[in-house]
Amino acid sequence: MTKGLPLRALPALTLLAMLGPVAAGLWGTVLPAFGHFPVAGQSGPSLDPIRHLLDWPGLGKAIWLSVFTGVTATVVSLGLVVLITAGWWGTRTFRALERILSPLLSVPHAAAAFGLAFLIAPSGWFARIASPVLTGWDRPPDWLIVNDPWGLSLVAGLVAKEVPFLLLMTLAALGQSDGTRGLRVAQALGYGRLTGWVKCVFPRVYAQIRLPVFVVLAFGMSVVDVAVILGPSTPPPLSVQILRWMNDPDLSQRLTAAAGALLQLALVLGTLGVWILAERAIGAAGRRWTARGGRGRFETGLRWIGFVTGGASAIAVLAGLSGLVVWSFAGFWAFPDALPGGFGLRNWNRHWPGITDAFTDTAVVALVSAGLALALVIGCLEAETRSGRTLTRRGLWLLYLPLLVPQTAFLPGLQTLLLSLGADRGLGPVIAAHLVFVLPYVFLSLGDPWRAWDQRNARVAASLGATPAAVLWRVRLPMLLRPILTAVAVGVAVSVGQYLPTLLIGGGRVATLTTEAVALASGGDRRAIGVYAVAQTAAALLPFAAALAIPALMWRNRRGLHG
Amino acid sequence: MKLLTSLIALGFAAQPALADPDPADWSAVLNEARGQTVFWNAWGGSTATNDFIAWAGRRVAEDYGVTVEHVKLTDTADAVTRVLSEKQAGRNEGGAIDMIWINGPNFAAMKDADLLFGPFAEALPNWQFVDVEGKTVQNDFTVPTDGFEAPWAMAQVVFMHDTDDLETPLGSMAAIRDWATANPGRFTYPQPPDFLGVTFLKQVLIDITEDAEILQRPATDANYDAVTDPLWAYLDTLTPALWRSGRTYPANGPAQLQLIADNEIDLAISFSPGEASTAIESGQLPPSVRTFVLDKGTLGNASFVAIPYNSSSKAGAMVLADFLMSPEAQLRAQDPAILGYGTVLSMASLPEADRAAFDALELGIATLSPAELGQVLAEPDPSWMTRIAEDWTRRYGTGQ
Repeated sequence: MTKGLPLRALPALTLLAMLGPVAAGLWGTVLPAFGHFPVAGQSGPSLDPIRHLLDWPGLGKAIWLSVFTGVTATVVSLGLVVLITAGWWGTRTFRALERILSPLLSVPHAAAAFGLAFLIAPSGWFARIASPVLTGWDRPPDWLIVNDPWGLSLVAGLVAKEVPFLLLMTLAALGQSDGTRGLRVAQALGYGRLTGWVKCVFPRVYAQIRLPVFVVLAFGMSVVDVAVILGPSTPPPLSVQILRWMNDPDLSQRLTAAAGALLQLALVLGTLGVWILAERAIGAAGRRWTARGGRGRFETGLRWIGFVTGGASAIAVLAGLSGLVVWSFAGFWAFPDALPGGFGLRNWNRHWPGITDAFTDTAVVALVSAGLALALVIGCLEAETRSGRTLTRRGLWLLYLPLLVPQTAFLPGLQTLLLSLGADRGLGPVIAAHLVFVLPYVFLSLGDPWRAWDQRNARVAASLGATPAAVLWRVRLPMLLRPILTAVAVGVAVSVGQYLPTLLIGGGRVATLTTEAVALASGGDRRAIGVYAVAQTAAALLPFAAALAIPALMWRNRRGLHG
Repeated sequence: MKLLTSLIALGFAAQPALADPDPADWSAVLNEARGQTVFWNAWGGSTATNDFIAWAGRRVAEDYGVTVEHVKLTDTADAVTRVLSEKQAGRNEGGAIDMIWINGPNFAAMKDADLLFGPFAEALPNWQFVDVEGKTVQNDFTVPTDGFEAPWAMAQVVFMHDTDDLETPLGSMAAIRDWATANPGRFTYPQPPDFLGVTFLKQVLIDITEDAEILQRPATDANYDAVTDPLWAYLDTLTPALWRSGRTYPANGPAQLQLIADNEIDLAISFSPGEASTAIESGQLPPSVRTFVLDKGTLGNASFVAIPYNSSSKAGAMVLADFLMSPEAQLRAQDPAILGYGTVLSMASLPEADRAAFDALELGIATLSPAELGQVLAEPDPSWMTRIAEDWTRRYGTGQ
């Protein structure tokens, strides 16, 4: 990194690592969608795949499900975050909420979904605790809660995971939008805390969290693992059906899958377009509302709704995870007993060899992809520092692009492409695929602390004769150890949670804790699911613990660096 | 120069043929297998099966130096697709898959497309113990195996019932429908195209149809509607009485176990006579569960393993396939505490000590004896299964 040239090449290399697979995958999707698929002996162009797609009787409902669950989950998550932040920001309650919500960010989606499914099912934990004393049930009622045809459980599962994400993004944005003073002025003018925040601070915050909101929307519309666990199945949302077509022994169904993937992409883009139009309409209405000067009504009620729902979503995930811990040690556990008849290590002993194997693959893929991402990101940021050019708005869009394109739209194409190149197996391609998703998060996580670092340290070092490289290696990186480790932890958590990229690109030979857990989920054995989900969550949480512990140990005599 | 290039070309062309091990020369196979890694693609949704596969892997590693990696599939079709796409992409050697747990339409598809290595099964040393007379080990859903897959377990449809809620066995599919409509919400089946779900549909069809013989021949456009109409009429009556009114279904067989354990349902189909006993043993099912078969008999078939034509560890895969047919592995598989799968071996051809070990095996509290299991009905031609699964999805699987 001492030479200027490779450093200048790093931003381009990063873009290539991030967007190359997406572009290649989309190309690999477009061709078969129009009937060109030499692997199955088909050469296009033809409209047959699209015709097959339209012939599928469940299409209308699957599309509706994707749009409904994605949009509802986004609106509800965003609304909750606004209520929580507007109602409680700056209070001790807010810090408490923040403290229980933040760790949930790293809980893998699949584990959170399993936990929730066990809580809310008619034979789930809530029903068990309440039965038979309160409910009179000695057998569970025949109620369709999990896998409901409206996808409401799926929405709940998504909301529980997206609220922590949007909340952290909002907190980061608040730091840059001078919210405290804005709110103080509004309150001095007689506005309620909540109304004042929404009218005065929210527009500035939203401008900053807009892209994360888009990510939540795109993710919710195209998620696979959570939808398999909590979503309806007759028919499933479009993304799940695409995967089913991908897995059909009849290779020609891959063409239908590709056409479906294009439809999924169009759906996400279309919904984002409508969302942007709605932003304008709501913005205009909001300006009128602000100008009318109402000081706020229903403040207390709304504040408590935010507090209770936010707290409930955190508690749901934590209780679900506890339920899985209990299951992982359970013997036979009949309904309506609130706890299993016996506890033991049997389940853990049974799955331990499988877990250690899967853990190795998980750790290698996660650490290598997070390490590569870190090297690229530091390179980009250092290039930015030395050239003095910061990331433009368009650059930010590029960074978010891999998170906005639905995974089901480009991963199948990428797999087909790799297969025809003969590079379709082993850890290498999987790491490259994970890098696509890990890079943006590592960049977003490290970017702000990097830019916030006090440049005067560099000037002092330079005046003492340090080269730019020495400033980087001996001053800046050590001082930024904590945010760097946090960024790695974020990268590891993102990698650990990846299901589809591992499954499709790994060709079945790369078994991570997540792919094993989802495979077991199909068998419904809650003990096995419990063991794997606990292991999966631990794998995602450990690096965060390390990111707290290592700087504390290394800088135990440098209090200013504990940050 | 020309001679040299053609020699080299010849050498390359001949290589795959030279590299393919010959099961007739077993000691050569054993030599070649040592040090190989076999990627066994098998459905990974059942913990009992996963444990058995892990055990078999340890045993062949000890005895033959073969490493087994279990690639846990959510659907066997994934593996078929993969080999097919490898072939289309020209990957004729070093494929990702060395062995597949397979049967039925997946086998028919692979055999049809020349995707399998063999014949090998009937040249394996332990084939001598296999019961070729009494068990359907040379036919797979009416398709002759021709030695392209080796049997390792026998399966037969049984129904698991929780005797706390459903005390007496039901003798026919009509009786099951009547019980289900009288007890709404207490019965369901896995969602087709899951193989057990489709098996349920076939079991209904074969039990209520006038002429089961017609199912042994491929379905035609001429007879399909007439033959399957009674099935759809049956399902139209049954579906509203199913668990969750048929608006959602368990994903597969083991998912039903959890539903029985949670007391959500009282009756479920299984393709393994010993599954209930094994699940009671491991705490997945309540001890009150028992099994029954239908008066007219139930569907039965064998589970096989096959080796893709482009596997790089064919010798290792054959060693594993042979081990799975060994009395040691078969005894373990039949033990309800482990797996509870029916053996493919013939008791008469086993050595005395092995036979005694099988005789001494406790079948488990919920397992029917071979005599009680009664008549095994042959699987219909695979064409029925494919069409019925498609029609089911259109009628019941898309919220119509």
